[in-house]
Amino acid sequence: MAITKAAPQKTGETGETGETGETGETGETGRAGQEGRHLNSPLLLTMLMVVLVLLQSPIRRALSAPVMQSWTTVFVAVMVQALPFLVLGVLLSAAIAVFVPPSFFARALPGRPALAVPVAGAAGAVLPGCECASVPVAGALVRRGVAPAAALTFLLSAPAINPIVLTATAVAFPGNPEMVLARLVASLLVACAMGWLWLRLGRTDWLKPPSHPSHDGQSKGEAFWGSVRHDVMHAGGFLVVGAMAAATLKAMAPESWLRAAADNPVLSVLALAILAVVLSICSEADAFVAASLSQFSLTARLTFLVVGPMIDLKLFAMQTGTFGRAFALRFAPATFTLAVVVSVLTGWVIL
Amino acid sequence: MNRQAQSAVLFLLGASLLHAGTTDLYLRYVKQGLRPLVLVSGAVLIAAAVATVWYERKRARRHNPDGAQGHVHPEPRVSWLLVLPLLALILVAPPALGSYSATRTGTALQEPLAYPALPAADPLPLSVVDYAGRAVYDHGRTLRHRQVQLTGFLALDRDGTPYLVRMALNCCAADAQPVKVALTGEVPPVLQPDTWLRITGTYTPRRAEDPVNGGPIPFIEVTEAKPVQAPKDPYDESWNG
Repeated sequence: MAITKAAPQKTGETGETGETGETGETGETGRAGQEGRHLNSPLLLTMLMVVLVLLQSPIRRALSAPVMQSWTTVFVAVMVQALPFLVLGVLLSAAIAVFVPPSFFARALPGRPALAVPVAGAAGAVLPGCECASVPVAGALVRRGVAPAAALTFLLSAPAINPIVLTATAVAFPGNPEMVLARLVASLLVACAMGWLWLRLGRTDWLKPPSHPSHDGQSKGEAFWGSVRHDVMHAGGFLVVGAMAAATLKAMAPESWLRAAADNPVLSVLALAILAVVLSICSEADAFVAASLSQFSLTARLTFLVVGPMIDLKLFAMQTGTFGRAFALRFAPATFTLAVVVSVLTGWVIL
Repeated sequence: MNRQAQSAVLFLLGASLLHAGTTDLYLRYVKQGLRPLVLVSGAVLIAAAVATVWYERKRARRHNPDGAQGHVHPEPRVSWLLVLPLLALILVAPPALGSYSATRTGTALQEPLAYPALPAADPLPLSVVDYAGRAVYDHGRTLRHRQVQLTGFLALDRDGTPYLVRMALNCCAADAQPVKVALTGEVPPVLQPDTWLRITGTYTPRRAEDPVNGGPIPFIEVTEAKPVQAPKDPYDESWNG
């Protein structure tokens, strides 16, 4: 029996409108842009949209190659998955910035930063989301006068030890319940260690001064929505950078490289640590991916689970946006190294 | 990017999320369970766009009645990148992952927790994941002497071996992994990758090793293969519990 051509779910290249008159109209918009010397962003945005709508069939044709198609799918998937969590985090951060007085945190957290760090780490358990939510929240905490060390500990621990993520880990590793404990212990240790490390070595001038406009003279509603808009535009832009990087690696890098690394115990830990950074999977799903990497040792897979929620391409891009490049360039490698070392030690003791 | 352009981008982003969430489009990218979150975040983004325009007008009236802009904090250039996912979602709407990803990634079959008794239907509709799990880890004990029916898309290996594949997904397409069943018996003579097929066939103990990761791939003895429409949810979500 013969099978007809063309997969049903492929976007059809025929029957698209907008082919006629395309060149004429794009030429006009181009000229309009040259005339208006003061190019403002709404005009630029409108022009961009018009040009892209008119060019949509060539664009689709260019994107119909299998590599490009799977790149676009993964890119859109990461965005659609991460945006809701980003919005959740942004709402929470706006609420903290507008409705919670700074004195609340002064009372809730121990006065000595060294003690505030573990408290903030344990508090991470209450933010049920993935890592995209924790970046804007941590940013708001810093602006609200929480010690940076405590806010950063919260940033690292929240996506790794919340109940949703731990439940997913238990479901993904039905035969190894100790994996849940190992993940909880290792993630908390890394988060607190990073907080204490920041207390010793961190310098406030690495942190970008808050770019938020002051909320003086604004109503609470205006301040709230202003904060939401600012954070979505800001962190969202960096999220796009991270999603593009993750999609590129997912679509291009051959998986056979992994197989070669699985046999060597040292190499396998490093390979999965780097894979966690590169794939930028949501922390609620990474346990299932780790479970399927069955050719690797449990310790290597624990490293994957500890590194992933703390530092990956998407998070690095968002941290750069929220805290500044000087911060991200120092914080990310330190987190990565510490996460690998602590995972190996935890795996050695517990697994 | 000034406030007006920002509110336009926020609005379009929210609208495209709502569009994806109200149609079946979102199922190409994320799991079913994320739907409420996608819809709520779309609504919040639209609300943020409306609020931005509203407060902007109020402020313009308060500060300078001629409508000229006072001090503005332009957002960084990186905000412009938010236009990309918007366009990708509205204009391109890329298809769900298909044979390209499936042949590049090793089969992700996991051992099932249990093998519940199967209903008496004939032919028996089974998911690709369920069939593969029973065939490999239960040695087909529950499948013998049964006509089974599997739905998946076609993927061809480098050496031309045809597989029926379903991508299993846990959260979003970035973590989707294929589960493969190799075809033998009356395989259709013309095979076009990415075609969705409904295969009727029987269990065979034959096994193969996935060339990518060495994972186990069971075979099915095909008696009939019919091209079908792609299902509403192209991914297998049975591992979500």
